[in-house]
Amino acid sequence: MPQSPNRRKFLKSAVLAAGASAGRAQSTDGQPAPDDPTQAPGSLARAYGERSRFEKTVRTPSSTGTSSGAPLQDLNGIITPSALHFERHHSGVPDIDPRRHRLMIHGMLDRPLLLTMDELKRFPSVSRIHVMECSGNGFRNKGAKTAQEAHGLVSCSEWTGVPLSVLLREAGVQSGASWIVAEGSDAAKMTRSVPLTKAMNDVLLAYGQNGEAIRPEQGYPLRLFVPGWEGNISIKWLRRIKVVDQPYMTREETSKYTDLMPDGKARQFTFEMDPKSLITYPSGGQKLASPGFYEISGLAWSGRGVIKKVEVSVDGGRTWKDAQLQSPVLPIAFTRFRYGWKWDGSEAVLQSRCTDEHGDMQPVLADLVKARGDHWGYHFNPIQSWKVSADGSVQNALS
Amino acid sequence: MRSASALFILSFALSLSAQSPTYGLGRTPKPDEIKAWDFAISPDGKELPPGSGSAAEGAKIYTANCAGCHGKTGKEGPNDVLVGGQGTLNTSKPVKTVGSYWPYATTVWDYINRSMPYPKPGSLSADQVYAVTAYLLSLNGIIKEDAVLDAKTLPQVKMPNRNGFIGDPRPDWKSPSSSATSR
Repeated sequence: MPQSPNRRKFLKSAVLAAGASAGRAQSTDGQPAPDDPTQAPGSLARAYGERSRFEKTVRTPSSTGTSSGAPLQDLNGIITPSALHFERHHSGVPDIDPRRHRLMIHGMLDRPLLLTMDELKRFPSVSRIHVMECSGNGFRNKGAKTAQEAHGLVSCSEWTGVPLSVLLREAGVQSGASWIVAEGSDAAKMTRSVPLTKAMNDVLLAYGQNGEAIRPEQGYPLRLFVPGWEGNISIKWLRRIKVVDQPYMTREETSKYTDLMPDGKARQFTFEMDPKSLITYPSGGQKLASPGFYEISGLAWSGRGVIKKVEVSVDGGRTWKDAQLQSPVLPIAFTRFRYGWKWDGSEAVLQSRCTDEHGDMQPVLADLVKARGDHWGYHFNPIQSWKVSADGSVQNALS
Repeated sequence: MRSASALFILSFALSLSAQSPTYGLGRTPKPDEIKAWDFAISPDGKELPPGSGSAAEGAKIYTANCAGCHGKTGKEGPNDVLVGGQGTLNTSKPVKTVGSYWPYATTVWDYINRSMPYPKPGSLSADQVYAVTAYLLSLNGIIKEDAVLDAKTLPQVKMPNRNGFIGDPRPDWKSPSSSATSR
């Protein structure tokens, strides 16, 4: 039955009134959306997509511009959009022409190799979903207000590339070799040593991220990807691998990325990232509108494998309940967890703690301080607390 | 006898397969191409290039290229403090510097050569890098002011914190200290 003009007019004004009472979102260009998107054709197909102009979540570059955190509190699922993947670089993001980029593999090899990107991409490849976390993620997060400020130097992508073992076998590793030295072509010529056993195990020479080329901030056109280990060892803008018989003791594995203990000795080659989780909703800076149902949601991961269990506490750690783990639960990847919660309107402290396949459970900060003292900062994985006040506001309560 | 010859044939086949590439992609880098990039310096210093420099020469280069970020005497910052701190690592206020913390002198040479000065990495000559390294080590009291560093003497420098590093004992915590049980 066709609608009468009067009825259409009534419906339109009713929709307008509903829109007015719900308020309008601000777009990035300040232009409002049409009152009714069904009244005129929309825009035509475009060559490279962009998100809606009403979506504004962004990374937050540090004051020095050497890092930016992913907005974990605004993300769904387990994949971090490439444009929001955290950044950390030691001398800026280089501008590299992929046709001129070369990878050299030399040292203790029968056949050293020099490869173009096109040649590298002809080797057998794999795609794997893996988390990448900066060694210093969470470091000094006491003043941080949001999940992004506190823990944003972690992200998860699908990485595509050639297993390093394929190339090392192709080149023929000589006996006596025990480490590789990987070097980037950024201005820092970032360099780290990796044990050959790890290099032959699961390390990738990655050129793909979430289906397209790796972003410049992530190492375009080629990076080392070392699953589960502290981020900086996954050398970006990779140009060289030298097979050697000892670690080269570079600045980034002696002066930096080592942890000083109370007795004056420092832990070195602390590669693996420990099990860690945090609630991303509700989290610092957000506000609960009213008492009632909320789905607590968050992320858990371990550099040592699969997350077996995540527990949630809504009473500051006095009692714990199992959260649901969202499939797929992959090794060394974000695992999304969910827990239904009815907020009664009173003050609450929300926490999560994860346990990985080795039975290692995320610790409280006091236990880490007890084990390590006050002068460490890397590998910071304590239980994160968010305090919900009676007015619904949520604040960082890491203690 | 039969098994011995079978073993011989097997091992011959394995060594043959190990010697032939499977994919045959790419090419062998030329010696000068390797040499141009092969400047990561190992603790034994075998990659160090010819050249030399003294602390006195290094002082001038440091003032012109480094002092802006690391301070007049390497102690003032604003960026990484390079001088001092020896004896503080096990105190409540540890000061980590080249002198107090870095375990190998070769790393100092490598890092200056590779990444410094920050706005213009790679702009110092080998002689200049030896000289600035000598200056920093002499400011830290590790070598004498008139010492000259080169490919032979640099790897022999014994850094004070050479034995200051240990392995990775993690996981080094107990389960959460809260007595809460999970359902």
